[in-house]
Amino acid sequence: MNKIEPAFRPGGKLSKLESVYDGMETFLFTPNATSRTGAHIHDGNDLKRTMITVVVALLPALLFGMYNIGCQHYLAIGEDVGHFTKFVYGLLAMLPVIVVSYAVGLGIEFIGAQIHHKEIQEGFLVTGILIPLIVPINTPLWMTAIATAFAVIFAKEIFGGTGMNIFNVALITRAFLFFAYPSHMSGDAPFVKLDSAFGMGAGTPVEAFTGATPLGQVATSVGEPTMTNIVNHPISLFDAITGFIPGSPGETSMIAILIGAAILLITGIASWRIMCSVFVGGLGMAALVHLPALQSTTYPASMLDPVMQLCLGGFAFGAVFMATDPVTGARTKVGQYIYGLLIGVFAILIRVYNSGYPEGMMLAILLMNAFAPLIDHCVVSSNIKRRARRAAAKVKEG
Amino acid sequence: MLSKKNKEALFNPLSKDNPILVQILGICSSLAVTASLEPAIVMGISVICVLAFSNVIISFLRKTVPTNIRIIVQLVVVAALVIIVQQVLTAYQYDVSKKLSVFIGLIITNCILMGRLEAFAMHNSPWPSFLDGIGNGLGYTIILVIVAFFRELLGSGKIFGQPVIPQWCYDHGYMDNGLMILPPMALITLGCIIWVHRARNKDLQED
Repeated sequence: MNKIEPAFRPGGKLSKLESVYDGMETFLFTPNATSRTGAHIHDGNDLKRTMITVVVALLPALLFGMYNIGCQHYLAIGEDVGHFTKFVYGLLAMLPVIVVSYAVGLGIEFIGAQIHHKEIQEGFLVTGILIPLIVPINTPLWMTAIATAFAVIFAKEIFGGTGMNIFNVALITRAFLFFAYPSHMSGDAPFVKLDSAFGMGAGTPVEAFTGATPLGQVATSVGEPTMTNIVNHPISLFDAITGFIPGSPGETSMIAILIGAAILLITGIASWRIMCSVFVGGLGMAALVHLPALQSTTYPASMLDPVMQLCLGGFAFGAVFMATDPVTGARTKVGQYIYGLLIGVFAILIRVYNSGYPEGMMLAILLMNAFAPLIDHCVVSSNIKRRARRAAAKVKEG
Repeated sequence: MLSKKNKEALFNPLSKDNPILVQILGICSSLAVTASLEPAIVMGISVICVLAFSNVIISFLRKTVPTNIRIIVQLVVVAALVIIVQQVLTAYQYDVSKKLSVFIGLIITNCILMGRLEAFAMHNSPWPSFLDGIGNGLGYTIILVIVAFFRELLGSGKIFGQPVIPQWCYDHGYMDNGLMILPPMALITLGCIIWVHRARNKDLQED
């Protein structure tokens, strides 16, 4: 690496690729720019280490997601195979999505950084793994590519790149897909991969097959909501917690998500205030709409048990990995409580009262992303006012 | 007839002083009517007519109208012209006028109109005012057509209602982008056009 360095510095023959070189060097080695003398307090954590920790926290959800894709696939085609085969099938199914997401996103970031001669910011490291986790497995790759490009350019680069974006980039990708290609994002088809992955696991679905997610079924059900898995067995709370249900790869398993949450909280990367208050807000709202007086068959989701409500769909995944994004979330302590609570409340509100959007988490987080700076502003200015009053009172006394 | 000043009044609004791209006026209607090309063009023509003639009329009246009621007078003139346009459209282009619904009526509130009346017609003689109206109307129409072209092409795979994306694309999994039909994408398309425009005209870039 050091040997080829001069070629990339100004004057070298590859100087056009300086940003790319810098990016690769700091990715692979600790940056040289740490202070050597004097009393500096330096955290060894630069942005890249932080990002990598988040990726590690996402691994349980990712691995389980792959396994679950295999499970759902072989369940759908009615074949009984070993755990390893299921996992390999899921791996092969997800690999192209991960490759496309990283290739498109990093490609745009590298080009953008090179044009502006800036250092490459590895903000996409996390986004690139989040996208395959929240996009339904059957989404065509070109759609994922377009949506990723759209999100990176319009939600991130035009605001000034990593750390400057207002909205969560991965969620913008999903929102773009959701509104641009609605038929590929909800209903029967998107969530269970039926065709073979690289020639593996070909078969035809069994007769009783339905591919809709539990929340999708609830939204379209008439009267008492019933949830079944893809071969018409009813779903229990236990299924929703372990995650053997159809859904976007990352979102199904509560256990995998909670392991990730633990990693994020122990390393202190995510804000526990946001995470907890999202769950509290969601639970409160779900309990409120579940009150006998407010339940109605017009809004079937209101008849779901509050705990079930939190375990289904992308609620937990959004609360742990999306709402806690330090760039787009609120930063003041009080602000984080408000921000989190409102995300939980809005997610359930959208789920229950708008059957067009069975999954409210994405829209709730994006909505609150827009309000996070305002919340922070109000908290800060009320602090300033309170202190000014206190100071004025002191002056009077004195 | 076409002195240097008049030429500027006619041609500047096409690009360097474009009402949408540079003055950022008339954004609302340009988002609402650009889901496909046909209504966009009809809307453009309507605005050209109303803008040109209201400019001329106000320019004739500019010395007689007392300053403190000038806005009301301008509104009356614009409203009268808009109603004429609306009646003509319902008579001869019923389908399109259905599509445009309230937006023809809302030409009255289009900022470009009041802007041009206040900024130009109140201080200039009728002929330059007429050219200014035509120029600004054309500048508005061009942008409408560009936005509508992309939205109709990508959103419904058509141009002027004719399918242009070949069937084999759909057979291989291509899908029309539903988001292009929705207003947010019109705003983003418009943003892209402004982006390209500023990038090509360095003197318009602000820090």
